Amino acid sequence: MMLLIQYTLVFSSVLLLVALGGCFSERSGIINIGLEGIMVIGALGGVMVLHNLSPQLPGIVILLLTVAASIAAGMIYSLLLAVASINFRADQTLVGTAMNMLGLALATVIAKAYNIATTSGVDNSARIAFVENKKALALVEGTEFNWFMVFAFAALVIGWVVLYKTRFGLRLMACGEHPQAADSVGINVKKMRYSGVLISGAVGGLGGIAYVTAGVSMCNFEVGVAGFGFLALAVMIFGQWKPLRIAIAALLFGFFRALANVYSGFDFLTALNIPKPVYNMLPYIISLIVLAFTSKKSLAPKAEGIPYDKGSR
Amino acid sequence: MEQNTNKVGKHSAPQQVQGESFFRRLLKKPGVQSFLAALLCIVIGLVVGYIVLLAIEPSGASKAIGAVLKNFLARRSSALRMKQFANTLVKTAPLIMCSLSILFAYKTGLFNIGAAGQYVLGAGAALYCALGLELPWYVCLLAAAAAGALLGCISGALKAYCNVNEVISCIMLNWISLYAVNSVLKDFCPVGYKDTFTLVSRNSSALLPSLGLNKVFGSESATIAIPMAVIIAIIIWVVLEKTKFGYEIKATGLNRNAAKYCGMREKRNIILTMFIAGALAGIAAAMMFLSGFMEWDINQSSVPAMGFNGIAAAFLGGLNPIGAIFSSYFIQHITDGGSSLDTRLYPTQISDLISSLIIYLCGFVLFFKLRMNAHIDGRTKKQTAKAEPAALGAETKEEQNR
Repeated sequence: MMLLIQYTLVFSSVLLLVALGGCFSERSGIINIGLEGIMVIGALGGVMVLHNLSPQLPGIVILLLTVAASIAAGMIYSLLLAVASINFRADQTLVGTAMNMLGLALATVIAKAYNIATTSGVDNSARIAFVENKKALALVEGTEFNWFMVFAFAALVIGWVVLYKTRFGLRLMACGEHPQAADSVGINVKKMRYSGVLISGAVGGLGGIAYVTAGVSMCNFEVGVAGFGFLALAVMIFGQWKPLRIAIAALLFGFFRALANVYSGFDFLTALNIPKPVYNMLPYIISLIVLAFTSKKSLAPKAEGIPYDKGSR
Repeated sequence: MEQNTNKVGKHSAPQQVQGESFFRRLLKKPGVQSFLAALLCIVIGLVVGYIVLLAIEPSGASKAIGAVLKNFLARRSSALRMKQFANTLVKTAPLIMCSLSILFAYKTGLFNIGAAGQYVLGAGAALYCALGLELPWYVCLLAAAAAGALLGCISGALKAYCNVNEVISCIMLNWISLYAVNSVLKDFCPVGYKDTFTLVSRNSSALLPSLGLNKVFGSESATIAIPMAVIIAIIIWVVLEKTKFGYEIKATGLNRNAAKYCGMREKRNIILTMFIAGALAGIAAAMMFLSGFMEWDINQSSVPAMGFNGIAAAFLGGLNPIGAIFSSYFIQHITDGGSSLDTRLYPTQISDLISSLIIYLCGFVLFFKLRMNAHIDGRTKKQTAKAEPAALGAETKEEQNR
């Protein structure tokens, strides 16, 4: 039972972080399908730092450096989306998809090249281990409770306040609803959209490192993040682009994802004799059903996905 | 070719003054623009790939990018070259189908990222019919098409009736089908192995007929799949360009509400498009797994890249079915070239990197075309404006020279 709670919180915090990122980007008017790629690159940045830092350093330093690297990597990578969709009016779905593929390929190439270089060709896998330093990420040693849960909660509170209680947040949302109107009252739409995408890159990268370090002490970049970026998008849509609802949705999805990891620990679940693949499919099936019922009356930002053109009305 | 057009441009200088030169008219053709844009994407993609190789290990980088580009040409004997060429073609056929699936759906404004999942389910259906039910190849092929089409229909119906973003529903279905197919095909593996039985050992009637292609290429995997993919591409081109249905789906893609207003049944068209797109991706899987080239690995933990590479091929081919044939070959060519790299020096995923970079750059194509058209129009306008004073000026100059 304890294990189920731990894993639910682990996966929920990942989903919450990434979905909040998606929320900021879409509220500014840019559809961010590339969250999956951002997660992978953020994870790469964090894992590289985590792998290379000396375990003698104090835990808090290791933690902060890792987090900073993930956030920076995610933000830099999200610039690819920002430049293409804001300055060059590219198809956001296409660019996002390309970023997912590019993220995976780039992370694999870098991880492999790193291994090849450090072992002079003996190890050519894309696996990078962080056994010693993993302790720094744990909130309570020996359990799966980690600092990312705290960060996710903080991101939720800050995200809510920024979005609804600050001038910046309200302006950001205006750009996603009606950029022409926002522009006419002097809001810089490009700047707002850039901020939206960069914020999604920052929290997306953080979500990436939170995902790859959950429960393991080694990361294989060839696998990526197994569709978590897309699950987060489903969470965001189910949460109707509102931070608090997103948090509830993330808990729900996190629970079903955790079930696949720990169902064998429950006697009544093993007695049901449901094959493991069904548990693996469960989060995806549930998100499909949930989306089918919630998308009809969706509160999606009205201008999302449409490149801003000053000339059009 | 460009030199030629340049020459013509010079010779027809008087025409240029009146209107547009031949060169400019050529540049304004959408087909030519797509071709130039694709070329530009490829060049930039390769240059970045080369820079990455340089960063990893400078000494062998030129050789490595050469290997990626040469693929089968780098083999020593002509028989080996032919065999490797055949292997590339065997994988090109399903890639053409996947890219057709994506571009067909894109014409209706749908982004069929689910081609990957439809491919997976198609593979599951084809192999279940071949190994479990021991049916002949054409039944397996149809089963694969039906399975893919069913999955496509689900995404289409969710989009049409429930307004579910097709990208997200497709991704969910990708993972669902991967887990489902892995667990179904688990029963058709030799004990202790992760790959399914080979078709040769269990049911050779499920192998696609080769019609002598295997002799030509010296590879048993060269089957009718290769010409079939090309023929289907041509059929798709005809459907899109020459039929009422093709017109309707393009109209739906351009403006769903306008299409509805004109009496087109836009919901039916969306579902039908996804049905066809799914069937195409399903056939792709049948072409791959019924050729005996490879078996299904029941332990694979990520969705096969074939469907995603189809996106690259579709956009690189300018979303044209005939263009898709060539772009698919190119993508498969560099992917196979990449897998021949020395893994002690370079990661083979360098070609994935190049092809995903190419897709990213395809996002800029629309902007590129807009700019190019604006530039050409601007130049033409300037010249027509200059033309009349210039004609007068020429006379006075000649007088002065005398």
